[in-house]
Amino acid sequence: MTALLRAEGLRVALGRRQVLHGLDLDLSERELVGLIGPNGAGKTTLLRALAGLLAPEAGRVTLSGKPLASLPPRSLAREVGYLPQGGGSYWPVTAAELVMLGRMPHLGPWRKPGARDEAAVAAALAATDAAHLAARKVTQLSGGERMRVLLARALAGEPRLLLADEPVSGLDPYHRLEAMEHLRALARDGKGVAVVLHDLTLAARYCDRLVLLDGGGIVAEGAPSDVLSADRLASVYRVRALHGFEGGEPFVVPWDPLVQAREAR
Amino acid sequence: MSARTVLLPALAVLLLFALAGSLLIGPAGLSTPEALLGLFGSERGPAARVMREIRLPRSLLGAMIGASLGLAGAALQGYLRNPLAEPGLIGVSGAAALGAVLTLYTGLSAAFSLALPLGGIAGAMAAVVLVQLLAGREAGTITLILAGVAVTAFAAALTSLALNLAPSPFAALEIVFWLLGSLSDRSMEHVWLAAPFMVLGWLLLASTGRALDALTLGEEAASSLGFRLPAIRLRLVLGTAFCVGAATAVAGAIGFVGLVVPHLLRPLVGHRPGALLPASALGGAVLLLLADLVVRAIPTAQELKLGVVTALIGAPFFFALVLRTRRETA
Repeated sequence: MTALLRAEGLRVALGRRQVLHGLDLDLSERELVGLIGPNGAGKTTLLRALAGLLAPEAGRVTLSGKPLASLPPRSLAREVGYLPQGGGSYWPVTAAELVMLGRMPHLGPWRKPGARDEAAVAAALAATDAAHLAARKVTQLSGGERMRVLLARALAGEPRLLLADEPVSGLDPYHRLEAMEHLRALARDGKGVAVVLHDLTLAARYCDRLVLLDGGGIVAEGAPSDVLSADRLASVYRVRALHGFEGGEPFVVPWDPLVQAREAR
Repeated sequence: MSARTVLLPALAVLLLFALAGSLLIGPAGLSTPEALLGLFGSERGPAARVMREIRLPRSLLGAMIGASLGLAGAALQGYLRNPLAEPGLIGVSGAAALGAVLTLYTGLSAAFSLALPLGGIAGAMAAVVLVQLLAGREAGTITLILAGVAVTAFAAALTSLALNLAPSPFAALEIVFWLLGSLSDRSMEHVWLAAPFMVLGWLLLASTGRALDALTLGEEAASSLGFRLPAIRLRLVLGTAFCVGAATAVAGAIGFVGLVVPHLLRPLVGHRPGALLPASALGGAVLLLLADLVVRAIPTAQELKLGVVTALIGAPFFFALVLRTRRETA
């Protein structure tokens, strides 16, 4: 499989603080990749650099072989959708209007949205089971409903790759599972999806591949059951976890904080 | 037809009525036919002089300045995603006022008539450079607000210094009266001086509409949709400086229009920042023309200053806003 988005030797600093220390990563279509790691590991910074929102200090990110910096912002926006952490709406617009904002990379400077754009918005709302919310004000939706509308916004631009930063944080168990189902369905339909997750249980179960970050670098990458080994959970997350299978799918439940590991660091 | 589709035509009709009222009502006591003949006829009588040299520039400036304030207020509120932002926030009004006051202080304004507005525009341009330097290359909204507050504070300090050191009480009074904001005794020269700057500013601000819509999702999401926010901010700051700077330069400081108008019209356009721009421009023109009619209609020994009237209308509006915000958050 050829990579759609590729990071090579990516080094990123925020102000004077070095956050990513030269990492390599490939993202392809038709897979759901989980970016995991403890707080401060550099997950969000990595996602922002992959979306072209941060300029790397060294190394580069390429989309189909072309460096992001050389692409016009609008054509990059048509290929790569980005769902920031804790997103929402600053004004009480309707869900349909919010989702239409996702069509902007496709709109000419003074052109109004046309039938093609309306259809994309309707399809995006349908894909996240949010069609019935179209006329509601975004600011009056519940957390789970808002998440589905924001996901629809990112899908409305019909990107080949979706980068989502902690889309399930703040959702209750039902809506977490539902959101992950949506992301997995997108990957099955052919999109590349990379998602930052804190919930290891969801990461283990839904992702095709996990990328474990710690201290600004990748410490493990591969199938969830390989990445989430007891040793790594102890050394990176400083937890002991319960492992198991249910219906053929793996689960990992963090159980005890490892006090000694923290003191040893 | 929905409320949204009739809003712009309705505001345009209101603007025509306000313009007509502004042209036809005044202390000269001309009848409507006399006024129309004076404005459009070929004779050069006193009616023609009143209409063409006094009322027409006053009405045109009122509409242009009101539109500038309404448009810049709507654009800034959209960019900062804050309904309490107003055009003066980024320092251009204060700096334009300072530039104009300096021409009064130095006596330059007495030497030739356009020195004062030119000084105001120079002040606004200086503010842009200073704000851009202070706020840096990133598009952060907090640094923009802080830079604007710093520039405003410094301009206010220097304006106070000019008042403090004014050579005579009359010079000080002249400065204070100018600062209050007014449309009286302006000529077509003022219109022609301000118009190019304002049109340029309107175009720059109008070009940010779509980016303002995208900012509904926040800065990161807007960037990811293909907008270069530092470039958007530059257009916003320059556009505001051109139109609000020119407005302040010809008419003094006129507050609250840029705050109140976008706020009132926002629900009528479904809270969409881009759609608010043209509505707020028309609404600002209507409100300022009406306020100027109030100025002329109320018979006081000293003519009321326009800036005083807009503040008297705007400040209670602010009270209502505070009370409503308190109720909503309680």
